[in-house]
Amino acid sequence: MSARLIWRKTLNVTMLSLTGLCALLTVSALFFILGYLMWNGGKDLSWNFFTRLPAPVGEIGGGMANAIVGTLKLMVLAALIGVPIGLLGGVYLAEFGGRTVPFLVRYTADLLNGVPSIIIGIFAYALVVMPMHHFSTLAGGFALGIMVIPTVLRNTESFLRGVPSSLREGSFALGANKWRMVATVVLPAASRGILTGVLLALARVAGETAPLLFTAFGNRYWSPGWMQPTSSLPVIIYTYATGPYEDWHQQAWAAGLVLLGLVLVTNILVRAFLTRGTSFERS
Amino acid sequence: MATTPNAATPADLPWGPRALLRRMRGADEIAHLITLVAAATLLLITVLLVYQLWVLSAEARHKFGWSFFVTKTWDPVAGDFGALPFIYGTLVTSVVGLALAVPLGVGGAIFLAELAPPKLSSSLTFVSDLLAAVPSVIYGLLGVFLLVPIMRTTVQPALKKTLGFLPLFQGPTYGIGFLTAGIVLAIMIVPFVLSVSREVLLAVPRDQREAALALGATKWESTWKVVVPAARIGIFGSVFLALARALGETMAVTMVIGNNPKISASLFSPGYSIAAVLANEFSEATGNLYLSALIELGLVLFLLTFVLNGLARLLILVTTARGSGVLPT
Repeated sequence: MSARLIWRKTLNVTMLSLTGLCALLTVSALFFILGYLMWNGGKDLSWNFFTRLPAPVGEIGGGMANAIVGTLKLMVLAALIGVPIGLLGGVYLAEFGGRTVPFLVRYTADLLNGVPSIIIGIFAYALVVMPMHHFSTLAGGFALGIMVIPTVLRNTESFLRGVPSSLREGSFALGANKWRMVATVVLPAASRGILTGVLLALARVAGETAPLLFTAFGNRYWSPGWMQPTSSLPVIIYTYATGPYEDWHQQAWAAGLVLLGLVLVTNILVRAFLTRGTSFERS
Repeated sequence: MATTPNAATPADLPWGPRALLRRMRGADEIAHLITLVAAATLLLITVLLVYQLWVLSAEARHKFGWSFFVTKTWDPVAGDFGALPFIYGTLVTSVVGLALAVPLGVGGAIFLAELAPPKLSSSLTFVSDLLAAVPSVIYGLLGVFLLVPIMRTTVQPALKKTLGFLPLFQGPTYGIGFLTAGIVLAIMIVPFVLSVSREVLLAVPRDQREAALALGATKWESTWKVVVPAARIGIFGSVFLALARALGETMAVTMVIGNNPKISASLFSPGYSIAAVLANEFSEATGNLYLSALIELGLVLFLLTFVLNGLARLLILVTTARGSGVLPT
């Protein structure tokens, strides 16, 4: 073999192994993060963590029951606000839209999806907190709901488009109206994919901290109703991690593990089970 | 009337109030209207978002004008506000993040798209997608308690020893600062670079690879000289997309950047970013001027990411002809 060929072959093997190393490094980050959180936060997870309120500042112990409930309430609000708009908007794009409006909506949805979450927080602050003059669960849920819309909308559209047109023609041939065709044939056919999109969007905003800082704010007690500030897992992780007490740091690890577990389990279950048998492209 | 599907587009139907009323009687038109309202809500939200940012920042815009962007002081007590340290911090951390994430992400994408067997490739992509789903506050947590001590005791002193002649790597090593924030950002945006680049590479026609191999190229030569150049524009798109994400990333950066509004050539120095100052000071801002200065910072950040995202999507659209359909959710 000539020297040139040897050089080319060596380069080939070296560079290709390097790309493999890049891929390996990237994916191993997840296992490292998960392992490190389990090691650090696992030992602090106890029954108290899930059932108690936070201890008074400076005292050791207590739990995060209010933060867990707060996160769930925020999720419910986000779903109530974001899912109907996203779903119906997606139906419009896939089934009713002409040419110009859908393009505009699609492009705007993608841009809104890329707007930093803290800006959405400012928006919710201006629209909900300022008129009400105080922080509230509602404002936090509103911010998260807005973040859900673009994802659900784009997902719904792409799954509806994946439904074969023969199904549509079949239902028209049986004399159905367009809305009947959409509601009883096309939507059910795409329902698993749409549900996937909804759950993934909710899992994503469940971990959002920035838009909650000045909307849902925080609360060391239970938050009755929807008009009071509320604690939430991501915000309390931030508060505790940057706080001065060793016990807070420990609890932040435990809360981090719970939050990460919640997000990852949802993601894995949804991607592994719901997407089976649909034309869902993992992207 | 609406049983003929092709006639249901609004353009073909008669206009005018009476015609509208007649059409409304068909349930199809109502369904059309309801879904249209939902889609229009999205447009409305976006317009309202821009409007709010513009109106609420009016006071700061009028008071400081363009000098807002070149002023270095940030003094809430004296009511003197300038955006320069925050813009600087945002750009520096993002550039550091990109410099680390792009080679890693594109390299990984080449492996996944060109080398790995399909099964391995899809399971690794699955893991990378999960990585993209990790909440940013978790990265911040690991950053504060794991990365910062390592940076302070090991990485920064080592960099200082070897590359200390560069102004980038001088000064005291606190652990927190631009470099640490950039590294955390890099880890956060790698999955985005990876999955978008992979899609773009996979969209390159198979013939091109085969033609290169048939001409005697090695696998690497066909990849680097044929496939990657063909996907170049889309890869740039993925980089812009990652940059937009990095610019707006809040929590992880806030937790490790040091939160000190100063401009320093050294990457070891603590700094501040736009998103971080919003996270820290927004809920405590007293006075309208303070608040509107913060909102003007938000407007700047919004415009930056808006332009970058638009550009990125255009580039990806050009290469895959599928556009934003390839984006990780």
